[in-house]
Amino acid sequence: MRKVAIVGAGMTKISRHWDKSLQYLFSEALDKALAMTKVGKAEAIFVGNMCAQDLSRQNNLGAIVADYSGHLPASSMRIEAACASAGAAILAGYMAVASGLYDVVVAGGVEKLSDMNTRYVTEALGKASNAEYELFYGASFVSLNALMMKLYMELYGVDRTPFAEFAVLMHKNATVNPYAQLPFEITLDKALSSEFIAEPISLYDCAPIGDGAAVLIMCPLEDASKYADSFVEVAGVASATDTVDLASRDDILLLTSTKIAAEKALNMAKTSPDDIDVVEIHDTFTIMGFVSLESLGLVERGKTPQYVKEGVFEKDGDLPVNPSGGLKASGHPVGATGAYQVAYLTLQLLNAAGKMQVPDPTYGLAQNLAGTASGSYITILKRGR
Amino acid sequence: MKPVKEVGIVGWGSYIPKYRVKIEEIARVWGKRGEWIKDDLLIEEKSVSGLDEDTATMSVEAAKNALKRAKISPSELGAVFVGTESKPYAVKPTSTIVAEAIGATPYVLAADLEFACKAGTEALQCCIGLVGSNMIKYGLAIGADTAQGAPADPLEYSAACGATAFIVGMASSNSVAKLEASVSYVTDTPDFWRRPGKPYPSHAEAFTGDPAYFKHIREAAQTLLSELGLKPSDFDYAVFHQPNGKFPLRVARQLGFTKEQLMAGYLVPWIGNTYAGSSVTGFSAVLDVAKPGQRILLVSYGSGAGSDAFSFIVQDAILEKQPLAPTVKEYIDRKELVDYSLYAKYRGKITLP
Repeated sequence: MRKVAIVGAGMTKISRHWDKSLQYLFSEALDKALAMTKVGKAEAIFVGNMCAQDLSRQNNLGAIVADYSGHLPASSMRIEAACASAGAAILAGYMAVASGLYDVVVAGGVEKLSDMNTRYVTEALGKASNAEYELFYGASFVSLNALMMKLYMELYGVDRTPFAEFAVLMHKNATVNPYAQLPFEITLDKALSSEFIAEPISLYDCAPIGDGAAVLIMCPLEDASKYADSFVEVAGVASATDTVDLASRDDILLLTSTKIAAEKALNMAKTSPDDIDVVEIHDTFTIMGFVSLESLGLVERGKTPQYVKEGVFEKDGDLPVNPSGGLKASGHPVGATGAYQVAYLTLQLLNAAGKMQVPDPTYGLAQNLAGTASGSYITILKRGR
Repeated sequence: MKPVKEVGIVGWGSYIPKYRVKIEEIARVWGKRGEWIKDDLLIEEKSVSGLDEDTATMSVEAAKNALKRAKISPSELGAVFVGTESKPYAVKPTSTIVAEAIGATPYVLAADLEFACKAGTEALQCCIGLVGSNMIKYGLAIGADTAQGAPADPLEYSAACGATAFIVGMASSNSVAKLEASVSYVTDTPDFWRRPGKPYPSHAEAFTGDPAYFKHIREAAQTLLSELGLKPSDFDYAVFHQPNGKFPLRVARQLGFTKEQLMAGYLVPWIGNTYAGSSVTGFSAVLDVAKPGQRILLVSYGSGAGSDAFSFIVQDAILEKQPLAPTVKEYIDRKELVDYSLYAKYRGKITLP
């Protein structure tokens, strides 16, 4: 297998883009990514997306985005893996380059959630659960996460405060992210007193609904300097699955798919959790952020509340978590989220993340989840040149 | 837009039904926490029409108050427009009921106008055009609604009842506020709608904000100010449509108006959103207290979507006319709280098999 590099990363601001279509958003991000490189046209496009058929009444995104962005006749296909669609698209892009099938690949994601009212969005997103055994009975993602949070609070004897503290940190980080949907600070009191969505989850525990696209340009590592002056190496990629319904798991606070995929990716990158300098984790809800950090092996189980309080996850802490603001405050355009995470890390490792920059990182890890971690996609980036 | 002849308001009057239901009371029924909703909407309570009240009766009350201040005979009215989205009859004009009840028939143009929450200012625009072109001597413009919000829908916390009437005539020593100019700004923006035969409206959640309410009000207001060569500080009062407490405060800030300019016409915390009656009742409350020489900005917003913006200069006759009819504040202070069950009964939400 060939080693793979990322030579370009482009993102749109995450927002409610009332007047921009799926293809417009994707093209905007793609143009920005290409502008970082000497790449003219893509050979292949992998576009992650979850909800186009439900919320935009559109399928066949592969051809749509290739046509609209001026990349005909590239091979182009949509990849759907719920909220991890873009993580899966990046894995597909990696496989395409590593295998030698293509040299210049575009991998990313696009999502447009704001064309329909919340109940339709909730239903479309709910289809990432086991629709027959969970969604049908009213178990939306917020209620499934509420079950996890209740158990976490009971098991480790904590209240809602550490979760709210994590939300406060995410909002603080987002204030310097030009792509963030919620770039404003919140107080601990505001987070704690906000409206319950599904107790104990309140408004500020949740990622917002938003639209956006993020795109990466991938090529063989050995050719990277042909396409760009600076680049990063994709040092490890892996994915794993778990039971789709939460009820079938022995331990709902351990994301087994994340644990397995992280071990594989770290192994592939010949590195360990201690070497990771910055992470972008999938904090759809604050509780999902907590169990993600613990399942990745970055934090001892039950210790996340203590680490939040000690400032370990701050940008200048021992383990910077989501310097972008994460899904919580940067935003969560579901099928594009995994590409945002890798794009943010690419900027970090290129030392081009502006005010989001953490000090001199070598390794970055992105964790992109489908549903309640029925699928996990881990991407480990290493500083290139 | 400016009429050929100088036009002014010669009489104004409002009517707000006496019943109120508190936001906490509605929230209690739907299992929501009242203080969260109050903090979010900045509304304390909303006005509720009684069993024997509807858009026609409220319009008549407001028109009678306007006539008292106009000091004209109703037979001098050449036009009666009722702007509303809660017509008592889907087919059969409300304006004829009002015109007949106040004694303005039969030689009168009468029509109902619908443009969601901006139908009241549309009525005003029509009267300005007819008076300003000398086709009629006086025109009666009414904005009134018994607004519908489906049970448990976010709109139920704000949809309220009220009416305001203006009598438009030539600018003269009898007029209380002279029109400087107006602007109408309209696009096809489907943020809120109600299909035929449906009892309650639908809406597109956050889409009703930035691309709808804020964009249209900003565009209309900024265009008017630029056409008149005025800046926000040239105005003593500003009134914007009030779908909730937050939106008018935010749009005022965006446009550069202060809270002080807003407060005289800011009524939504105590009566809710009276839809086509909303911005015009705010304007009515400003006329209740305004002094000669002061300048007033009025900007409505109607979903669908559009805004009408007006600039008025207050005239001397206002002082003599202010005491001639009940003020908006008097109507707000005259209240009786009802619980959700009485509210549901009064608003026709309970239907017997």
